[in-house]
Amino acid sequence: MNRLLDVTGLHVTYRGRPPVRAVDGVDLAVEAGQVVGLVGESGCGKSTIARAVCGLVKPAAGTVTVDGTPVTPLGLRRRPAALTRVQMVFQDPYASLHPRRAIGVQIGDGVRAAVARGAAPSEPAEWLRRVGLDPDAARRYPHEFSGGQRQRIAIARALAARPDLLIGDEPISALDASTQAVVAALMRDLAVDSGAGLLFISHDLSVVRLIADRLVVMYRGRVVESGPAQEIWRDPQHPYTQALLAAVPVPDGSGRMPAPPVDDARYPQDAVLR
Amino acid sequence: MTVLDIAGLTLSIGGTEILRGVDLRLEAGRVQGLAGESGSGKTMTGLAVMGLLPPGSQVGGRITYGDQELLGLSPGRRNALRGTEIAMVFQDPSTSLHPMLSIGAQTTDHLRHHLGLRRTAARERAVELLSRVRIPDPAGALRRYPHQFSGGQRQRIAIAIALACSPTVLIADEPTTALDVTVQAGVLHLLRDLASEMGLAVLLVTHDLGVMSAVADRVAVMRHGEVVEDGERHQVFTAPAHPYTASLLASLPGATGGVQSLDDVRALEAT
Ligand SMILES: Nc1ncnc2c1ncn2[C@@H]1O[C@H](COP(=O)(O)OP(=O)(O)OP(=O)(O)O)[C@@H](O)[C@H]1O
Ligand SMILES: Nc1ncnc2c1ncn2[C@@H]1O[C@H](COP(=O)(O)OP(=O)(O)OP(=O)(O)O)[C@@H](O)[C@H]1O
Ligand SMILES: [Mg+2]
Ligand SMILES: [Mg+2]
Repeated sequence: MNRLLDVTGLHVTYRGRPPVRAVDGVDLAVEAGQVVGLVGESGCGKSTIARAVCGLVKPAAGTVTVDGTPVTPLGLRRRPAALTRVQMVFQDPYASLHPRRAIGVQIGDGVRAAVARGAAPSEPAEWLRRVGLDPDAARRYPHEFSGGQRQRIAIARALAARPDLLIGDEPISALDASTQAVVAALMRDLAVDSGAGLLFISHDLSVVRLIADRLVVMYRGRVVESGPAQEIWRDPQHPYTQALLAAVPVPDGSGRMPAPPVDDARYPQDAVLR
Repeated sequence: MTVLDIAGLTLSIGGTEILRGVDLRLEAGRVQGLAGESGSGKTMTGLAVMGLLPPGSQVGGRITYGDQELLGLSPGRRNALRGTEIAMVFQDPSTSLHPMLSIGAQTTDHLRHHLGLRRTAARERAVELLSRVRIPDPAGALRRYPHQFSGGQRQRIAIAIALACSPTVLIADEPTTALDVTVQAGVLHLLRDLASEMGLAVLLVTHDLGVMSAVADRVAVMRHGEVVEDGERHQVFTAPAHPYTASLLASLPGATGGVQSLDDVRALEAT
């Protein structure tokens, strides 16, 4: 089996009083050409896993390898070209775009990274068009865009780098309903068609359902359930997964409120893996 | 009872028309939903109410709060209303939270300054609000800084800060985008409770039509700087008046929408 991304026994603890055990023993893999959806409670450690894969936090234990090569923490050093093969769309699109550089130039950075690794050159304006933005907007600056527009600019930049592994941390959260599915499908198609892998972190379960081959469900630093996405969707086994799927509000105009979360739910610690 | 009346609101920035006459009315105890295309002007409408539009903005029309015309108020009066009577949860989390101040400073200072609460009372109220939005260890959270929280936790802290002074009007701009559906359900219950118990008037900007369906009493839809639809929730969902609303509902993935597979998405893209 060709494991593009292999995370084994990952533990990440943030320093502080008291220290926070953000990730508490997680195994996760993404194969080439595969889309893995990572879902779970807010604060359960999803972004921390993404940061560990990019070398932005140091694991307390466990390993992360990309194509067999261990990921080492980056510190403040410049990223070597090899690392541009892993691209991340950060959860906060405001923080991930440079405020004083025109967006076309920033997408151009992605294109240059791709070319440096042997990919064919492409036009920033074309990437803007593909994420549903006006190609003429390339000269403008991030603050001139709405929340959903900025998020698509960040996606365009990551896609332009033609990564082998793309990590999207809530990449479509600010998009309107009709654009969400289209942009998520674009991310999937570009990844899968070029044999890359996509780790897709999202709270939007209906979109995850559309694009993910496999699903990993987390709760409080641990994986509680993982397996083929359609199977979990059809027949969730772990009580947390069941609660999650039941809390998706239905857009039927009925005014029915989803059930609030259970206080101090004591979910079983054993994960359902399939 | 109408608390805030937006009438014929226009906005242009550097000669570009952004809002072309927006009408919206917020009622006490009711949740007015606002959906619409990305870039249609939802955030700008909220910022206009707050008096926080970007430099170079040309505003027209009226925003009436009680007997005050907000667009004509002095900056001093405007500042006094902001954060106390009219509060906003910003779509951009970095606007809501100051990166260099502890959560305690951002919640309790606010309370002591605006409500004149004593230190312990302010602390108690801050802890209560943080626990209502389900921040783990709320007392300990007061000592920590925004970067030490996850994206969804930051979003919930921003909600707690906006609610701290018991505002009359809350503008919540995509307040649950970073939340999983179980935690989101908790926040939706909180908003509903505040509306029905305290008479809070809410403008809820959300692209999530499931969220809209759960809590909004009325639903408005914007497109290209205009409100193209505004009606009672059930009517908008079941018999939308505008074709754009109908297309939004049809494009939803999942059981009620028309999109069941990736092929459906690609067909959507081709249109
Ligand atoms: N500082 C600015 N200068 C010029 N144009 C701007 C500026 N800020 C926003 N705009 C434009 O104003 C329009 C409305 O933006 P707004 O942020 O209100 O959209 P929105 O409906 O909130 O969208 P989203 O759902 O993506 O957040 C957008 O087309 C955007 O490009
Ligand atoms: N720099 C930090 N210092 C201390 N604790 C942190 C730090 N960053 C995150 N945490 C904590 O680690 C836990 C996991 O955070 P993480 O950002 O990985 O969650 P997440 O699953 O991405 O949540 P969300 O869905 O809300 O974005 C949270 O409890 C958070 O409070
Ligand atoms: Mg996160
Ligand atoms: Mg907005």
